[in-house]
Amino acid sequence: MSENLLTLEGVHTHIGAYHILHGVNLTIPKGQLTMLLGRNGAGKTTTLRTIMGLWQASQGKVTFGGRDITQLNTPQIAELNIAYVPESMGIFSDLTVKENMLLAARSARRASQMDADRLKWIFSLFPAVEKFWNHPAGKLSGGQKQMLAVARAIVEPRELLIVDEPSKGLAPAIINNMIDAFAQLKASGVTILLVEQNINFAKRLGGTVAVMDNGVVVHAGSMAELAEDTALQQSLLGLAL
Amino acid sequence: MKTLDFDWKPLALVPLLALGIFPFIGSSSTWITLTVAGLAMGMIIFIIASGLTLVFGLMDVLNFGHGVFIALGAFVATSVLGAMSDYTQSESMLRNMLAVLPAMMVAMGVAGAVGLVFERFIVRPVYGQHLKQILITMGGMIIGEELIKVIWGPAQIPLPMPEGMRGSLLFGDAAIEKYRLIAVAVGLLVFAILAWTLVRTKVGLLIRAGVQDREMVESLGYRIKRLFVGVFVVGSALAGLGGVMWGMYQQSVTPQMGAHVNVLIFIVIIIGGLGSTGGALIGALLVGLMANYTGFLAPKVALFSNIALMAAILLWRPQGIYPVTNR
Amino acid sequence: MNNILTRIVSNDFPRSRVLAVILVGLLLALAFAPFIFPGVKALSVAAKVLVFIVLVASFDLLLGYTGIVSFAHTMFFGIGAYGIAVATTRLGPTWEALAVGLLSSLVLSFVLSLLVGLFSLRVKAIFFAMITLAVASAFQTLASQLSEITGGEDGLSFKVPELLSPSMEFFEQPFLGVSIDGRLLCYYLLFVVTLVLLLSLLRIVNSPFGRVLQAIRENEFRAEAIGYRVVVYRTTSSVLSALFATMAGAMLALWLRYNGPDTSLSFEIMIDVLLIVVIGGMGTIYGAAIGAALFLVAQSYLQDLLRLGSEAAAGLPWLAALLSPDRWLLWLGVLFVLSVYYFPTGVVGRLRAVRIQGTKTRT
Repeated sequence: MSENLLTLEGVHTHIGAYHILHGVNLTIPKGQLTMLLGRNGAGKTTTLRTIMGLWQASQGKVTFGGRDITQLNTPQIAELNIAYVPESMGIFSDLTVKENMLLAARSARRASQMDADRLKWIFSLFPAVEKFWNHPAGKLSGGQKQMLAVARAIVEPRELLIVDEPSKGLAPAIINNMIDAFAQLKASGVTILLVEQNINFAKRLGGTVAVMDNGVVVHAGSMAELAEDTALQQSLLGLAL
Repeated sequence: MKTLDFDWKPLALVPLLALGIFPFIGSSSTWITLTVAGLAMGMIIFIIASGLTLVFGLMDVLNFGHGVFIALGAFVATSVLGAMSDYTQSESMLRNMLAVLPAMMVAMGVAGAVGLVFERFIVRPVYGQHLKQILITMGGMIIGEELIKVIWGPAQIPLPMPEGMRGSLLFGDAAIEKYRLIAVAVGLLVFAILAWTLVRTKVGLLIRAGVQDREMVESLGYRIKRLFVGVFVVGSALAGLGGVMWGMYQQSVTPQMGAHVNVLIFIVIIIGGLGSTGGALIGALLVGLMANYTGFLAPKVALFSNIALMAAILLWRPQGIYPVTNR
Repeated sequence: MNNILTRIVSNDFPRSRVLAVILVGLLLALAFAPFIFPGVKALSVAAKVLVFIVLVASFDLLLGYTGIVSFAHTMFFGIGAYGIAVATTRLGPTWEALAVGLLSSLVLSFVLSLLVGLFSLRVKAIFFAMITLAVASAFQTLASQLSEITGGEDGLSFKVPELLSPSMEFFEQPFLGVSIDGRLLCYYLLFVVTLVLLLSLLRIVNSPFGRVLQAIRENEFRAEAIGYRVVVYRTTSSVLSALFATMAGAMLALWLRYNGPDTSLSFEIMIDVLLIVVIGGMGTIYGAAIGAALFLVAQSYLQDLLRLGSEAAAGLPWLAALLSPDRWLLWLGVLFVLSVYYFPTGVVGRLRAVRIQGTKTRT
């Protein structure tokens, strides 16, 4: 029985006048990959942003490693070694790939101070990052940018990876590469919270799953169970996995 | 900063203007004098504008009161230089420097310190609200100007150039004022330091990234708000330095000089693109050159020429010559 | 009776008892100013209040209702003032000259504000604010340089039509201590014009047009999506605002019988307008009236107050310097900064909020 690394209890989030999250209860077990599924507008991105402190929860509690992080600001949360890959990727296009990576490596003041072995591992997962090392990140293709975004998130060891729709807008071949990378990450024991709409991701990566709808989590369990139950899939997601 | 296909076109604007105006001026010696004067003025403007553009680029804060640091620096210099008259009267450049450098340092220190207070009490409470920022920073400038009048009096004060820096060097027929060469040198030094910091240090990296996407930098674990205070203070200190140099260029200081230079600074950073240091440099050089060329050819249209320049650039690139992406 | 009143104020009532009392008081004070406040200075202040009410209200239309920050407002003010000044200087102090001056300045303002308004839509708000600053500055320089037309730095002094000049005495005897002369008539002309223009502005902001402006100010994207052509509305608002400012300028010139670059184009005036609209309350129109009165009275009499304070503090030179009457702008600046923080909705907003709170607790 693995402990829970991240817990959300009764979290409500308002954005201006809009009440987006209506009491989210979510548990992320340590060392596993949890997928957050749901239709567009269900509140998945809002949940991630609330965890990261980009939006303040108006009610409820977010606990990380036993510590209440609900009121912390974003830099403080990131300092706890939670890495966030937003839907928009957050790539700094005017900076080179190297500079993007260096920025994410908080302990390194110069590129030479980054962990060479770790970089090697990252290059093996995402060859494009090595190939375009000195090029402005803006020149990369969509898929390559996405890879850079994930590479950045793991440039140093992190406790928790929060990734928002990494496969969005990518070609199927690239998506497969992405899935391979995540599979390797999962195998390495990193805790991952992944928001995805792509079916293949869900099928191949497995793990635990939570489904959101209308700002609440309506189902939580193992991916294996959900994969068996097509009726449940239909009702929750409107489609079969 | 960029590899391969670097955006070189804006850089070409400066020589383009300088060469294009030549036929109108006629004599090459006059042209040289005017061009150096323009570059010197441009460099001083750049020193002042660099802080403002970074502050806006990084934190989306529009400081309409930036002019107060200019005036403050200039007035502080009058006091310091006034107290060191035996150094300034000397013909030796070295002894002059021994007065001017401390004056600059003190001016920068005071401006930076006031900048710290300004950020804390005037700017910080209105983050994210552009309208209030415009109003309040203007209010801050009014208050600052009046306080300057309280301390130094409302009248214009002369700021004579140290003896050793007076006079011109002759290059053939062209007379180039010594001070202008110094100004260009100082400006280039400031630019070099800024560029080095931005490109080669992690802090610089943070600033460049923050200008593009502040939220992502915070998500990577950096407290960008603290960085901002630092940038604001440095920007104010630079404005103070620019004020000292501007004062010496004009050989006098008035409490309103801040408001007057403010307009030029805004034109410069609009031309350059809000948030771009390189753009500010090019914009400042263009404005400086334009002011001097039109001052010679058609003095009445001097201020308009800068606005016309701004309009022309905006028609070409509506966000300025080096717009910062993701804005 | 109530129906007529509703129509006059275009259904935009003060919505606060205190505010209504203040406004009525202001109206009466201005209406009877020559009789209540004796002396040349008081009347000058009253006339200036009238001019500024129109000027600031026109700025409120642009800033408070449409959400556009423009520092070029004084440019239109100056155009109106110079229109009258130049026309009467060239064509003589006749009513025809006034008409020509007013009309030509309105036309010029129309064209310029059209250009400025359209330009504002092509660039972002921040750019626009800075550019208007530069343009206003340039215009002021232009005015002082075209000395043949504008009289340069010294400005133009001119006579006004006989009917409005002080030498025109309607009655031999003074009435209630005030001589009934052209000057008085001029004041009341200004008073009536101010009233008409203010009520017109109320009508504009409470019309369907005004409501769309507010919608655009709140959320431009949505307004466009609903089907309103934002371009048209914003440009119209810019033009209207400029035209009213021009008329305010004409009023000023008529009263002062003088105009120069500093009288109507200076940056100080722009700052004053900003201070007034913020202190009075943005987006209320009434705020302009109250703010203008408060501000100008304070400006005139604050200096006297400061003088007293400065003399009293003669023992501490630094305090005396801070309280010097020449430094009244310092204190106004402090007041301004404090109002932006603590009274963002201005006096009017504050009074209305009190009223709403009051009704809440009662129910």
